[in-house]
Amino acid sequence: MGASAFDEMWGESTGGQVRSSYRHIADWLHETPYEELLHRQNAAENIFRKLGITFAVYGNDDAEERIIPFDIVPRVISAGEWAHVEKGLTQRAQAINAFLRDIYGPREILKTGLLPPELILANPQFRLPMTRIRPPHDIWAHICGTDLVRTGPDQFFVLEDNARTPSGVSYMLEDREAMQRLFPALLARHKVRPVEEYPDALLAMLRSVAPKSASGDPCCVVMTPGPFNSAFYEHSFLADRIGIELVEGNDLFVRDRCVFMRTTEGPLRVDVIYRRVDDDFLDPLLFRPDTMLGVPGLMDAYGAGNVTIVNAPGTGIADDKAIYSYMPEIVRFYTGQEPILPNVETWRCREPDALAYVLDHLPEMVVKLVDGSGGYGMLVGPAATKAEIEAFRQRIKAAPHRFIAQPTLALSTCPTLTANGPAARHVDLRPFILTGANGTIIAPGGLTRVALNEGSLVVNSSQGGGTKDTWVLSEEGAR
Amino acid sequence: MLSRAASSLYWIGRHIERADFVARLIEAALQFELLPFAEPQSDLISAIAAAGGSDLFAERGGQPNREDVVQFLAFDPANPSSIRSCLEKARNDARAVRTALTRECFETLNEAWLGFRAHAQEAQTGDIQPFLDWVKATARLFEGALHRTMLRNEPCWFIRLGNAIERGDNTARLLDVKYHVLLPKGEQVGGALDQAQWTALLRSVSAVTAYRWIYREGLKPWLIADLMILRPEMPRSLAACAEEVNALLSQLRSASGRTGAADRQARLLQARLSDVNIDAIYQSGLHEFLVAFIIDNNRLGNAIAEQFLF
Repeated sequence: MGASAFDEMWGESTGGQVRSSYRHIADWLHETPYEELLHRQNAAENIFRKLGITFAVYGNDDAEERIIPFDIVPRVISAGEWAHVEKGLTQRAQAINAFLRDIYGPREILKTGLLPPELILANPQFRLPMTRIRPPHDIWAHICGTDLVRTGPDQFFVLEDNARTPSGVSYMLEDREAMQRLFPALLARHKVRPVEEYPDALLAMLRSVAPKSASGDPCCVVMTPGPFNSAFYEHSFLADRIGIELVEGNDLFVRDRCVFMRTTEGPLRVDVIYRRVDDDFLDPLLFRPDTMLGVPGLMDAYGAGNVTIVNAPGTGIADDKAIYSYMPEIVRFYTGQEPILPNVETWRCREPDALAYVLDHLPEMVVKLVDGSGGYGMLVGPAATKAEIEAFRQRIKAAPHRFIAQPTLALSTCPTLTANGPAARHVDLRPFILTGANGTIIAPGGLTRVALNEGSLVVNSSQGGGTKDTWVLSEEGAR
Repeated sequence: MLSRAASSLYWIGRHIERADFVARLIEAALQFELLPFAEPQSDLISAIAAAGGSDLFAERGGQPNREDVVQFLAFDPANPSSIRSCLEKARNDARAVRTALTRECFETLNEAWLGFRAHAQEAQTGDIQPFLDWVKATARLFEGALHRTMLRNEPCWFIRLGNAIERGDNTARLLDVKYHVLLPKGEQVGGALDQAQWTALLRSVSAVTAYRWIYREGLKPWLIADLMILRPEMPRSLAACAEEVNALLSQLRSASGRTGAADRQARLLQARLSDVNIDAIYQSGLHEFLVAFIIDNNRLGNAIAEQFLF
């Protein structure tokens, strides 16, 4: 499989002509002794550990805190490639917001019969309270982290729409900082579009969606479940870079349908909450009564229009994997255009024909839970043993509606430093799309995740994945 | 700033100071043990009493020997004041409020915790002194990072407030070690052993030079007590700590406009230390004076938490 995949540096045939955007990278890899590369790689990991850029792995006590492996070979995207991706992502984010506005409102799309109604109304991600609430400025998915995969020079596909609380943007920023520190000369040989504006763009977006009743200087906060959350580093990193408070549920309270935070100077009014907690943990009065994490009354204040929640509750339905398979229809319906970025072909096991096909082809497919994430609960057919496939077959048969299946894609590969020198490893790309009252902005590039194990297609950090800095070249390309 | 953040910063200050104190306490106890005619058991137990851990130590089945006492004070995770617990809690708090810390401050606390295991392992298989030196160096490193990189505003003041409250408490406890150490039969108060113990105490807080500078005469127990309790120029004296708490509270007051019980209690504490001389303290009992200070200082800590809505 690895041999047949498109390589970001070599194109279709390894050892042939290097693709022009990778010219300098190829020279650099050729000129620099392996020991030197390895030395720099270790230096990068030391920096990350010192800064506490760690994440926790669920279900693994030994490795309470690990750093995500960072690979020093950057992934390069040409200006032309990026222009295409950017257009496609903007279209997609606009369609997702229109879709959310619609299904929590008039539900025009259901009247056309494009989607089975039960897929929306009986979906565990559908939040009934949101049918009675309009988010300020009617923007729902303010931040999307859409996962893209590539299979050829011009073939970018959307693999997943992460419209809840996508993570990873801190690695995008830290990876760039690490590269600037470690390889200033290599960066200087390229014209790489900066990503450093992201925190400013994020703050501008948050301020733009403040409730109309807020003062001219709205108070924005980042809300975290706390230091034991696996993405806590990112939460504190973002609060730090944006320059706003990092709050936990206990720091907030609701009085007179307004949200306040407890400060040393008394209560302070909060206008915008960039929450990094799931819907379920926002407000125990409305969602889960057994949680200690939320803010009682928050949804009431939200319904009164006195606070903005980013992303709006209920956006999870837009990245549900069963809904995903309808995204081409959804994009067409709301934008009146053909999707610029296609979906990966998807079989919905809820449909009998599709189910039969999937069960016949399990060894070649990737099967996912419609509501799973982080690479948990999925089957990668080509990498699974016979027994694993059979076990999964039973799970699918027991509850077909919970699964979708996709062909195993030959994800593109990118040169990556391994124990045996630079070698091809599969990568994906997660750009971050901000949608505020002033339009949509995408940081050039995003987070490239790399499956560090040879031949592996799973890029999740919890399952042997690492990250790379992503270089989007500006118009003139490499110098 | 967030009350929870203020609380975490305050406790970072206290825990780093406490880690330093416990390291010095262990040093003092081990020095006492080396003195001729000493009563080793009493010396070691006195250190645990000073740290306020007697009950827990007994509960944990600790014996009054060197290994158990050092284990309890330095490495026991069940002892909330062990060096290990202090470094761990300081680092966890630092993670929770890292947005309020500079990179240097965070890194110091993070590395202290990451490095603890290796240093502890060395200490448990060999000499404890390098470990204790490392702990003290860590506290200095943090204070340096605080001084050199933090904005002079609330986060910095809350850390230093924790430092000052804890340091006052610690000095009082260290002096009180002398009360808990029994002089062997036949030894006189003010005799050679008594003198040697006081000297060891003075050395454990690196104050021998300071003493010579101020008093220009041989070591006298009551002058040592004077130095550690009443001298405002001695950075860890009770008077200096009370003065610093007052100064920090006044800065917080002007920044937040909030006043309350903490301000009044801090002023009272400072006044009580400036209105008394060492003879009066000795006459009414050094131990009683120190215990009263520890209680008042503790009350002040609670008032601070209340005033800033921790």
